[in-house]
Amino acid sequence: MSAPNKSFDPVEVTTLSPEALAGFVQEAIAAFAAASNLEELKEARLAHTGDRSSLALANREVGALPPAAKADAGKRIGQARGEVNQALESRTAELEAARDAALLIEESVDVTTVMPATRGGRHPLTTIQEQVADVFIALGYRVAEGPEIEAEWLNFDALNIAPNHPARTMQDTFFVGNEDSGVVLRTHTSPVQIRSMLTQEPPIYVICPGRVFRTDELDATHSPVFHQVEALVIDKGITMADLKGTLDHFASAMFGEGIVTRLRPSYFPFTEPSAEVDLQCFVCRGASIDNPEAACRTCRSEGWIEWGGCGMVNPKVLIACGIDPEEFTGFAFGMGLERTLMFRHGITDMRDMVEGDVRFTRAFGLGV
Amino acid sequence: MKVPVSWLRDYVAIPESLSGRDVAELLVGVGFEVEGVETVGDVRGALVVGRVQSIEELTDFKKPIRFCQVEVGSSNGHVDTPGIRGIICGARNFAEGDLVIIALPGTTLPGDFTIGTRETYGRISDGMICSQRELGLGDDHDGIMILPAGSAAPGDDAFPILGLGDEVLDIAVTPDRGYALSIRGIAREVAIAQGIAFTDPADALPELPESNGTPVDVDSEDRAACDLIVLRTLENFNPAAPTPDFIKSRLAAVGVRSISFAVDVTNYVMFELGQPLHAFDADKITGKIRVRRAVAGEKLETLDHVVRELSTEDLLIADDSGALSLAGIMGGLTSEISETTTRVVIEAAHFDAVDSAKSSRRHKLSSEASRRFERGVDRMLPPVASARAAELLIQYGGATYVGLAGVETAPDLVHVSFDPEHPGRVAGRSYDVAATKATLVALGCHVDDAKSPWDVRVPTWRPDLSASIDLVEEVIRIDGYNNVPTRLPVAPKGAGYTAKQKLMRRSGLFLAGRGLAEVRNYPFMGQSEFDNLELASDATRRHALKLANPLSDEQPFMRTTLLPGLFAALTRNTSRGFNDAAIFEIASVSLPTPAQPATGITNPPRPSVNGRPSEGDIAQLEALLPAQPTYVAGVLASGAWSDAIELVVSLASELGVEVSVRAADVAPWHPGRCAQVVLGDRVIGTAGEIAPRVNENFGLPKRTVAFEVDLDALVLHANVTPSAPRIWTFPIAKEDIALVVAKNVAASDVLDTVRVAAGELLEDIRLFDVYEGAQVPEGHKSLAFALRFRAADRTLSAEEVASARQAGIEAAAAKFGASLR
Repeated sequence: MSAPNKSFDPVEVTTLSPEALAGFVQEAIAAFAAASNLEELKEARLAHTGDRSSLALANREVGALPPAAKADAGKRIGQARGEVNQALESRTAELEAARDAALLIEESVDVTTVMPATRGGRHPLTTIQEQVADVFIALGYRVAEGPEIEAEWLNFDALNIAPNHPARTMQDTFFVGNEDSGVVLRTHTSPVQIRSMLTQEPPIYVICPGRVFRTDELDATHSPVFHQVEALVIDKGITMADLKGTLDHFASAMFGEGIVTRLRPSYFPFTEPSAEVDLQCFVCRGASIDNPEAACRTCRSEGWIEWGGCGMVNPKVLIACGIDPEEFTGFAFGMGLERTLMFRHGITDMRDMVEGDVRFTRAFGLGV
Repeated sequence: MKVPVSWLRDYVAIPESLSGRDVAELLVGVGFEVEGVETVGDVRGALVVGRVQSIEELTDFKKPIRFCQVEVGSSNGHVDTPGIRGIICGARNFAEGDLVIIALPGTTLPGDFTIGTRETYGRISDGMICSQRELGLGDDHDGIMILPAGSAAPGDDAFPILGLGDEVLDIAVTPDRGYALSIRGIAREVAIAQGIAFTDPADALPELPESNGTPVDVDSEDRAACDLIVLRTLENFNPAAPTPDFIKSRLAAVGVRSISFAVDVTNYVMFELGQPLHAFDADKITGKIRVRRAVAGEKLETLDHVVRELSTEDLLIADDSGALSLAGIMGGLTSEISETTTRVVIEAAHFDAVDSAKSSRRHKLSSEASRRFERGVDRMLPPVASARAAELLIQYGGATYVGLAGVETAPDLVHVSFDPEHPGRVAGRSYDVAATKATLVALGCHVDDAKSPWDVRVPTWRPDLSASIDLVEEVIRIDGYNNVPTRLPVAPKGAGYTAKQKLMRRSGLFLAGRGLAEVRNYPFMGQSEFDNLELASDATRRHALKLANPLSDEQPFMRTTLLPGLFAALTRNTSRGFNDAAIFEIASVSLPTPAQPATGITNPPRPSVNGRPSEGDIAQLEALLPAQPTYVAGVLASGAWSDAIELVVSLASELGVEVSVRAADVAPWHPGRCAQVVLGDRVIGTAGEIAPRVNENFGLPKRTVAFEVDLDALVLHANVTPSAPRIWTFPIAKEDIALVVAKNVAASDVLDTVRVAAGELLEDIRLFDVYEGAQVPEGHKSLAFALRFRAADRTLSAEEVASARQAGIEAAAAKFGASLR
C-alpha cells in the first residue's frame, strides 16, 4: 500500500488496477466469511471497509489521477465497495440469525417443570342443576325457585295430600318450630310448582331444581338433605304423550342421543295417572340383560335404572291453584339429583357429596 | 305385602307354566312394584308323608331314642321292606299312627344338610322324621311336625302340604291401593293382567250353622267413624286347638308369627280378604260392646303392653267396664284371647280412614290393621270376613256358633260419570270403547253404558276411585303405559335465565376460578356453634328457627350463617392433609323476624283447596316463613386477612357492584382484622381473619380467614348493562406518591380524599404499597399510591399534572395530617 504523501506517478497507481481491486474485494469477502460471530465480523468490517482499509486507501489515490482516468477508477472503486457491502450485509444477516438461534437454544427451559395451580371447583350438585336447567331453557322453559323452609299448605295440602293422608307419613317430614306450626322443610320441590301456578297464568313451562329434606339418617345411599329437579307443564291439550316425549328428550340430552325412558304405573297424590320413570341404561343400552358375558354395573344388568316419578297433574291440584282443569291439563316429573350423579359418575357413597372434601369438588372442575 | 303364589292360585287359575317371576312381571306391568320373589324353604329332594306304624324304644343310650317303622307309601319304601322305612328319632312328641314328614335319603335340608342312610344307635336309619325348624319353616323345635289325622296319606308329596317350594312375592303397595294389602286384591290384579278368570273369595258368604243362644250385643255411637260393626259369638272353642299347618305355613310366608289358633285365624282372614278382625274373650266382656270416643283421662293397655293415655278423639271398642281396644289399631290386654278362652267374639268393623290415620299417628302405633284402615277397607267385607273366621274356628277349633250382632248404616255407593273418550284425551291416543268397559268391569265396576256419559258405580274396595280421572288412570294402566305415544310439546318462546340466576352462576364460577372449592353443607346448627362463634348473647344471628324433630339434638336449629358448616368442612380437609384448603358455599340462611318465635306458632292458616286461595290467604302463608336470603361465604386455611377482603371486593366488582370496606368488630372475626362490606349505606357482609379464640373453638388452623356476604343484595345491585366508557388516547402522566399518616387512618379514606382533590384529570388511583418500619415515625405508616392522569382533549402539561398531584397531597395533609415521604 502506498503512503499518502509519497509522490507517485498515477500510471503507476497499482492499487487502482482492476486486479488489485478484485483482490481487495476477495480479501474482504473471505474475511467476512471467516468471521464466526458478530464480534469478529465487526473487526473484519473495520478492517475491510473502514478508513484504513485497502479500498479506502485506494479511493484516496483516485484524486491523483488524470481526469480521464478518474471516472473510470471511481466507477471501479464504487463497484468494489458495492460488492463488499453486499457481502457484509448478507454475512451480518447470517450471523444475526445464528446469534438469535443460539440465544433461543440457550434460553430453552424444561417445560415439564410446570405444576397446575391448586384448582378450585364447583360442586357437581350445583353444576348438574345448571345442566338440567340448560336443557329446559333451550326448550323455552323458565327456572322457578322457592324457599326451602316452606308453608305446609304449599308442601302438602295444595298438592292433594290432606292432613291425614298416608303420604304425609310416607315423606318423613322435618317440622319447623312444632308439628302444628304450618311450616316444614320442604319434602320435595313440588311446592315450587304450586307457587308457579299461583303466580303465573297458563301456559306454564317451568323447571324447579332445589334442595329438599326428609328425616333419613345419612348413610351410603340416603341423606336427610338432598336435591331434586322437577318440571311442570300446564297448557291446553297436554297429554301423557307430551310427558313421555319430554322425558325422552331430557334423557337423551343428559345421557346421550337415543337414550329413552319408560313409565311404570305408580301413585302420587298430586298426579293422576302417576308413574315411575326408568331410564334406559346409558352404559350398556340394555345389552347386559340376560347376558352374563357383558354384565353392567351401572344398571346391574337390568337394562333400566330407576330415575324418578311423574304423572299428569291431578285436577284437584289445578283447582287448588285456581286453574280450570276443563281448560288446561298438565304434567309434572321429578328426579333425585344425588342419585342421578351417583349412577352417572360412579359415585358410590352419598357421604362424598356431603362432607365437603376438596378432592371431590376439584375433580369436577368448573362444570359445563 | 308378601304374597304366596299358591294362595293366589286359590282364586285365580294361574297357568302352571307361569313361575313366581312371571307372576311378578304381570304385576309390574299393571303398576305394582315387586321388590323380590323368594322360595319357601331351602329343601331339595324328596319329602313325603309318613305314618308311624310302630315305635321301638331304645334305652341303652344316654338319652331315650326311638326306632320307628314308618309307612311311606309303596313307591317310597326300602327295597327290602316295600312301603316301610326304619328311622331313628330322638324326639318323643309323636305316637304310633301319627302322620309325620319324612325326608328320604338324598334329600338336602336347609343348612346344606343332606340326609343319608346310615347306621346309628345300632340300627340302620333310612331317612329322617322332620321338625318344623329342620325344614326351615319356623323356630318351632319342640318336636316333630304332626299333620292332622286324615289330612294326608302315607307317600304323599309333602311339598305342597307344607307350602315348601312355594314362591312368595314381596309387593310394595302404594298408599292409594288398600285393597292390594290382601290376597283377594292381588289375585284380582293378576287375573286382569293375564286376562283370566278370578273367583272373588268375598262373593260367597260361608254358610254357618243356625244361631243358638244370645250373642254379645253391639252398638256404634259414632256412625261417621264406624258405620258398620259385626260381632260373631262362638262358644265351646277348644283353646288348645292347634293351628292347622296350611294356616301356619301361609302366615309364616306372609311374615306373621303363629300365636294361637284364634288369633291366627283373624290374621289369616285379614291377609286373605283384607279385612282386619279382632278376637275377644267373650267371658271378659261386661255387658254390651260399644264403639265410642274415649273420654278425657281414659287409659288403655294395648297388646304391646304399653299403657296409652287416650285422646278424646280416639275411637274405642268398649264395654260397660271401659275401653277394650283402640278401634282399628290394636286390641287391649284385658280382653285378650288366652289359653283358657272358650267363648270367642270375632269383631269385624268398618272404620273411617282419616280417623284411623289420626289415631295411628297420635299413638305412633302402626299395625297391620291400621295400615289397612287408613288406606281404606272394603265396606262390604265385615259380614263375610267374620263368617269366614267363624267357619274356621268351628271347623278346626271345635267351636259352636252362637250368633251375630251388628250395626249398619246403609253405605253410600260411589257413582262416577265417565266419558269413554276421556282416557284417550289424557293419553294422547284413542282407546277401544269395548275394551275400556271390559277393564272397568274386571276391576269390579258396574258400568251403565246406556247413559252418556257412562254411569260407573265403583267397587266398594276401591275408595281411591272417586272421579273420572281415577278411572282414566285404571284404563291406561291396564292397557299399559308402554302403549302411550310420545310427543314433545312446544313451549311458548322463553326468555332464558333471569339476570339473578345468571349472576348466581357467575358468582360460583368466579370463586371456583379463584381456586376455592364449593361445598354443600347441611343447613342445621346447634347451640354450641352459636357459642363457639363467640356471638354476643343478644346477637340477632342467635335467633334461629328450631326443628321440632331434628335428626340430632345437637343441631336442632336452621342456620343463620354459613360459617359453622364451612368451619366443620375446613377442619375435615385440614385433618386430611389439605392445609391450604379454600372452600366456599352459596346457600340460603333463614332469618326469622323477632315476631317469628323459634318454636313456631300454632293454628296456622290452612286455606281451602277447593279453589285458589285469596291473596290475603297467600300473604298469611308467606308471613309464616322467615326471610331466606342467599349468602355466599368462604373460608381459607392458609390465606391472609387481606385475601378474604379482596375476594369479596373482587366478586362484587365481577358482578358490577361497587362496594367499600371499613374496619369493624364483628364476631367471629378478629377485632383488629375485620372489615365490614358496605353497599350504599347498607352493611352486606363481613370479611377478614377469624378470631384466635374461634379458631380454637372449632379446631381451625391458626389465622384462618373467612368472608360471608348477602349475595342476594349484591346481585340485586349488579349492573348488568354498564355504560361504555369514552376511550381517551392522549398520553398518560404517571405519578407515584407516598403519604405518611398515623397508623389508625384508613387507607381507603386517604385514597378517597386524594381522588376527590386531584380532580377530573385523575383517571385512576391505586394503593400499591403499605410500609411500616424504621423509615417512618413510630405509630405511622406510609401509603404508596400510583396516580394516573389523562385529559380528554389534550396532552397534559407538566404544570397541570403537578398541580393536580399537589392538590391531592394537600387535601390528605389537611384531613389526615399526611406528609409526603
